[in-house]
Amino acid sequence: MSQTVTKKLMLFFPQCECDKPIIYHLVKDHNLIINVFRAKVTPEEEGYLVLDVTGTEEDIERGMDFVKTFNVSINYTGKGVIWDQEHCTHCGHCVTHCPTGALYISNRATREVAFCEAKCIECLECIRVCPFGECTSAF
Amino acid sequence: MKTYEQINNSIESGKAVVLTADEIIDYVDKKGLAAAAKEVDVVTTATFGPMCSSGCVLNFGHSKPKIRMSEAWVQDVLVYTGLGAVDVYLGATQLRHRDPENMDYPGEFRYGGGHVMEELVAGKTLQLFALSYGTDCYPLREIRTYFTIEDLNQAIMVNPRNCYQNYNVAVNDSERTIYTYMGTLEPNRKNANYCSAGQLSPLLNDPYYETIGVGTRVWMAGAHGHVYAEGTQHAGGCERTPEGIPKGGAGTLALTADMKQMREEFVRGVSFRGYGVSLALGIGIPIPILNENILKRTCVRDREILTPVVDYSVDYPQNTGKVLCYVNYEQLRSGEIAVEGRKVSVGSLSSYYKALEIANLLADEIRSGSFRLAEPIAYLPKESTMRPLLIREKPS
Repeated sequence: MSQTVTKKLMLFFPQCECDKPIIYHLVKDHNLIINVFRAKVTPEEEGYLVLDVTGTEEDIERGMDFVKTFNVSINYTGKGVIWDQEHCTHCGHCVTHCPTGALYISNRATREVAFCEAKCIECLECIRVCPFGECTSAF
Repeated sequence: MKTYEQINNSIESGKAVVLTADEIIDYVDKKGLAAAAKEVDVVTTATFGPMCSSGCVLNFGHSKPKIRMSEAWVQDVLVYTGLGAVDVYLGATQLRHRDPENMDYPGEFRYGGGHVMEELVAGKTLQLFALSYGTDCYPLREIRTYFTIEDLNQAIMVNPRNCYQNYNVAVNDSERTIYTYMGTLEPNRKNANYCSAGQLSPLLNDPYYETIGVGTRVWMAGAHGHVYAEGTQHAGGCERTPEGIPKGGAGTLALTADMKQMREEFVRGVSFRGYGVSLALGIGIPIPILNENILKRTCVRDREILTPVVDYSVDYPQNTGKVLCYVNYEQLRSGEIAVEGRKVSVGSLSSYYKALEIANLLADEIRSGSFRLAEPIAYLPKESTMRPLLIREKPS
C-alpha cells in the first residue's frame, strides 16, 4: 500500500459551483481526508477554498483530476495567507499571536522572522496584528 | 586615550577600526579591555522601531499666484500650518481625514502621517490640498496639486523624541484583549511585548551620555543627521543598576536629518489596531572609543539590561507607577519570561534584525570614510527627572 501524504492547496473557482458537493466526492469517491481551513464565495460568485488533503499520491492526483473538471485552478504554492518577506521588518510582533507557530523566529541571534506555510491554519490573526501590513489575504 | 580628531583622521585615511555593539562584546572578551581600547576607534549602535514623536518640516515653494496656507492636508492627512506661508509640519501620528478611529472598535487605523512620510521618502506622488483666507500679498484662497519629494525645497525630519534609552515591557492583566501602542495584548497576561534593541541600542551603550550629545552626527534611515537637543521627556536622573544602566525609559534624543537622503526601507508607517498610526524609523549612532571606560560601557550585554514589566490594562493608563517585576533582554529575546511565577510568551515591536543591519551599514560607511564623527557641542542632562501633568482647580 502506498504511503499517505498531506498537501495544502488553494482552489479558486472563477464561476462558483456551489450547487455541487465537490468535497463530498473527494471523500467518498477518492478516499481523501479533507481539512478545510477557509472558504469564501464572493458576491461575483467566485469561490475560494483552502484545505489540506490527505491520501495516497494516486488518490490525490485522481481527486484533483476530478476537481479540474469544474473549471478550477489549483494553487499548490501560494496559499490564502501571504507574508511579504521582502518588506517584513522582522519586529516579531506576530510571533506570539500566531497559534500554530507558522510565523516564528528562525534565527535566535538576528531575530529574523520566517513563515512556514504548511503550519498556517489561516486564522488571519497576523493580518490583524502586523503593524506594517505585511501579512495579507488572497481573498 | 583618543580624541575625536585622531579618530576622524583614522576614518579619513580608511584605517578606522569599527565594530558593532553586538560584535564588540566578544572582541573585548578575547583581547582584553586595555588592548581593545587602543585598537578600536568606533562602536556602532542602532535601533529600529516605532517612534511616535517624529515628523517633518516641508517647504513647498510658492505657487503663482501665491498662497499663505492656513489649513493644509497632504494625502488627506492634516498638517500644521502655523508657520511661514508655505512651510508645514507633518506629524507621524496624525490620522487621515475621516479615519473612523475607534468608532468600530478596535479600529484599523490604516493610514496617517507615518505612512505619508514613508511614501514621501519612497518618491511617490502625493496630493497637497490647502486653504487660505487670502491676503493682499498672498491672494490665492485654495490649491490642490501633486508633488514628489524632489519638488520640495526642503523635507527635513525634525523629531522631538527618538531612541528611548530603555522601555517598558507591556502585559495585560485584564480579562479582555487590549489594543495599545505596545501592540495587541491578550487577556490574563497571555503575551508580553517589548520595544528596544537592548545591547545594540544607542543610549544603552552610552548610559551617561559621555559621547552622545547635542551635535552628535547620527545615521537616520541612511541620511546623515544630528542630535539637535535632548529629547522630550529626557530623564537621565532615573533609577539605575549598580553598573549605571537605567531601569526604565530615561534618556531620549531629538534628531533631525534631510529626508531627501533617506532610504524608504528604514522609514515605515505603522498601524496599531485599536490605537492609531505612527512611524517606525531606523537610527544608527557611532560611539567614539575615547577611553577604556567608554569602551567598557559599549560591552553591555542583554542580560545586564533590566526593564520593568507593566500592566497596560490598569497601571499604565491610570499612571499608578506600579511595576510587576524586572526582566532582562536576554530573557525577553528567548521568547518567554516568567512574571510572578507564570510563563508569558514574548513578542517585540522593535526589530533587532533591522537594528543589526543598520549597525553594519553605519560601520561600513565609517570604514569607507564617508561618515565622520562629530563632537557634541553640549551634553545631555544626567540628573533631570520627568514631571507629571497635574490636574489643578482653576485658580481663583
